[in-house]
Amino acid sequence: MTSAPSFGTRVRRNEDERLLTGRGRYIDDITLEGALAVAFVRSPMASARIISVDTSQAMALEGVHLVVTCDDIEHLDTEMPLLIPDPSLTSPRTQRPLARGEVFYVGQTVAMVVADDRYVAEDAADLVEVVYEPLEAVVGVDRAVASGARSVHEGVAGNVAAHSRQRSGEPDAAFASAEHVTSVTVRVERSSAAPMEPRAVAARWDSVLGELTVWDGTQAPISVRGGLASLFGLDEHRVRVVAPDVGGGFGQKVLLFYPDEVLVPWAAVKLNRPVKYIEDRQENFLGSTHERLQVHHIELAATRDGLVTGLRDSFLHDTGAFIPYGLAVAQVAAGQIAGSYRIPNISVDFKAVYTNTVPVTPYRGCGRPHACFAIERAMDVLADDLGIDRFEIRRRNFIGTEEFPYDRPGLIFADGQPVSYDGGDYARALSLLEEALDPPAFRAEQEAARSEGRYLGLGLACYVEGTGLGPYEGGHVKVHPITGKVYVNTGLSSQGQGHATSFAQIAADEVGVSPSDVVVVEGDTGEFDWGVATFASRAAVVSGNAIRKAALIVREQIVHQASQMFEAAPEDIVIEEGKVFVQGVESRALTLAEVATMSNPLRYAFNKAAQSATQFTPAARRDGAALAEGAHPGLEATDYFSPASTTWAYGVHGAIVEVDPATFEVKVKRYVCVHDCGRMINPMIVEGQVIGGVAQGMGGAFYELLDYDAEGNLRNASLMEFLMPYATEVPRVEISHLETPSPRNPLGVKGVGEAGTIPVAAAFASAVEDALAPLLHGHLLDVPLSPTSLHAATRAG
Amino acid sequence: MTGVETSEAVEAEQKTSLRVVVNGTAYERVVPVRRLLSDFLRHDLGLTGTHVGCEHGVCGCCTVLVDGRATRSCLTLACQVDGLSLTTIEGVKSADGGLHPVQQALSDCHGLQCGYCTPGFVISILEVLNSPDELDLSEEGVREMISGNLCRCTGYQGIVDAVRQAAVAMGRDGDAGKGAPA
Ligand code: FES
Ligand code: FES
Repeated sequence: MTSAPSFGTRVRRNEDERLLTGRGRYIDDITLEGALAVAFVRSPMASARIISVDTSQAMALEGVHLVVTCDDIEHLDTEMPLLIPDPSLTSPRTQRPLARGEVFYVGQTVAMVVADDRYVAEDAADLVEVVYEPLEAVVGVDRAVASGARSVHEGVAGNVAAHSRQRSGEPDAAFASAEHVTSVTVRVERSSAAPMEPRAVAARWDSVLGELTVWDGTQAPISVRGGLASLFGLDEHRVRVVAPDVGGGFGQKVLLFYPDEVLVPWAAVKLNRPVKYIEDRQENFLGSTHERLQVHHIELAATRDGLVTGLRDSFLHDTGAFIPYGLAVAQVAAGQIAGSYRIPNISVDFKAVYTNTVPVTPYRGCGRPHACFAIERAMDVLADDLGIDRFEIRRRNFIGTEEFPYDRPGLIFADGQPVSYDGGDYARALSLLEEALDPPAFRAEQEAARSEGRYLGLGLACYVEGTGLGPYEGGHVKVHPITGKVYVNTGLSSQGQGHATSFAQIAADEVGVSPSDVVVVEGDTGEFDWGVATFASRAAVVSGNAIRKAALIVREQIVHQASQMFEAAPEDIVIEEGKVFVQGVESRALTLAEVATMSNPLRYAFNKAAQSATQFTPAARRDGAALAEGAHPGLEATDYFSPASTTWAYGVHGAIVEVDPATFEVKVKRYVCVHDCGRMINPMIVEGQVIGGVAQGMGGAFYELLDYDAEGNLRNASLMEFLMPYATEVPRVEISHLETPSPRNPLGVKGVGEAGTIPVAAAFASAVEDALAPLLHGHLLDVPLSPTSLHAATRAG
Repeated sequence: MTGVETSEAVEAEQKTSLRVVVNGTAYERVVPVRRLLSDFLRHDLGLTGTHVGCEHGVCGCCTVLVDGRATRSCLTLACQVDGLSLTTIEGVKSADGGLHPVQQALSDCHGLQCGYCTPGFVISILEVLNSPDELDLSEEGVREMISGNLCRCTGYQGIVDAVRQAAVAMGRDGDAGKGAPA
């Protein structure tokens, strides 16, 4: 028996009070006595040979401690690891911490300065003289694969890093016998996660203990720890990596390694002083990874009734100048290309292409928004081609509730496992959207508005999201004997997702305490050091289930201990609100702290509870050893969860917009989001994830585009020119929850971190297209939808 | 202060002395004239609750109150606030020392996730709710009110709701009925 479960309720966040009162601890908030600051000399050229680097003037500046180029960084002067190899990745290239001989994108690190403070470090960086011999820059995937294009990397013909082909069913036969084929080419532009806190790294070397501590605003502290230990030739337990409070990540903060992640620790060891690198906003645009640019040519084979029998997609994925993260983004896009639809025959090919631009790694959605945009736009066009309603065509093609698990044999997902959807009710989600938006009523309103010269449109987009990827995470749960607080550790880290609350709820329910009495400590390899990272909407699924398993064991331990203390049957033991008692005799309850103390046979009586736990108390007298063979002291357990397969969240978003036919300003009148992420741990946090995701998706739909010129200069590397939505741009989001428990984990949860972002661009393109239908020549197949692009799309010709 | 003393030789490092009251405490310091107010607060006074998200006046993370006016500390030199009185997030609390209604509302309405933008929002909202001007608490009005700050996590909805809750708690909801949500 326990208190009312907190799982599924809107528990206020444990992390809020600290963050609201200025007591957050982001990396630059951590005081390291005598810390030096780093600035980098970055390439101003997209492609150039380095003729010479002269650091003498910079070195001579007062307050400068170190100025290094690739020649000075010893064992670090090597290509960084390729994190996820793949057989189809035939020409992998990764970056060196500091460029050697050649630069490949504007922003690439060429030299590092370490100085008394960042002001001096920047002064010195300006004094480093680098002579470049410019080479022709290769910018834009289309240009990169065009015949005669220069190779970004010597020996990589056609700039193709990888060419992947996957088949499911008999796509050729499906197209050969198709009654109708719709084909479109869609383009999703390059963007940035742009977390509000740029990246940051600080390091301290303890020469007495031979221990390296690195504070890294990373989503993957344990993986960074392993990598650093390997690079520095230290045992893993001599390297501690801490991700403290991190101001948003969205994928950008999971890469090993960014140059600073290895150079800052190296400088700290070299100088035997703490060293900090705090990225500024411009560096976040030029030195931290980008995402999104893909061009899909997608074809649907269908019957005249709109039943899609085959899908052929061939796409180009811009990976930038290097491909450190392997094919994850493209692989996820390929695995999800058929979206929510049955489509039994699929062929999907992609090329990952090098260009002289910032490298690309996953950003919230990781290929899913691209794939969703391709399939959803294609479904709209197919509907229009066949004269079928856009809701109806989707309904005809949904995977039915009785068809789960639904496999796509031959398609491999980003976890290396075959694509297999676990469950849901896709048609029900669509019906809920219809109920919310009432399309017939809208059509009447639209018609009336048009007669007044106003352009209203309704659009929708469905999505699926493979979430909760393996390989595994762990959970450690311990009841502290002094405070009675329940400590929970896991290996991944939080960048705002509210783990300190959701994970606390899971442990609280199993152990029998309130979530506010659970202290979640994560992102510190000194506390727990088995696990992977926060990405792919996996924390709730993988860590959540691991924590539950560990908490269940601790609960057993409490019951066992208490049943001995009370000399009662285990099934009569009640744990409620941190109190432990025998059913019916709450007056004689013990606190969890007391039970925890008693579970540890003591010699010394340091407090009241400890008195009764010493080996001298009558209660402790027993035959033989104080700890039975195989037993351990304390209330504590560690367990792991390793999902056999991905969980698939899904949903549908719908928008009603009004477009000004003169300025092409788009006003969002309604935005409705129906989603199913399995059982919800905390609906408030889930809604926050969804709404935040929608806002980020809106950025991609209307505003955000990293604007490279032909020479490879990023023209808008500032928040002034890279337009992130403010509150005035984002609509109120109406949410309906469906909760189909996932059969693939005991908690029944699915991930939700990326869901909000995935269908937004497709839904808005659908809505704006519907609004402007009388004025448009063709479909809206590129995002962002800027006033300029909309104006062009409506111009005669 | 290490940085200040050791970089004396740099030409740009002319210094000036500065008296300022921050969260009710008076400080007197010698600072380089080019020291940003944000760096002064964070690194010299150790008030790290004020964050820096862009250093070019766009994101609002660094917002502090200077004589009651919301000010971008990244666009302000420390020497410019000589003789003035500042409030940073560390100085925001309710009368009993607990969370201020604005802070409480942000937590209640899930108006923060990573928390990096949060101090800037709290300060910006405070300025408006403390001002004698008439408030527009319609959906659009509130969105306009907070449109000087960027948040990459929340999608703003929780922050909008929090402004309204705080306005009620502070007795500033005379206009709350105007303009229902879109
Ligand atoms: S840091 Fe001052 S406005 Fe962004
Ligand atoms: S809560 Fe993360 S930026 Fe606003």
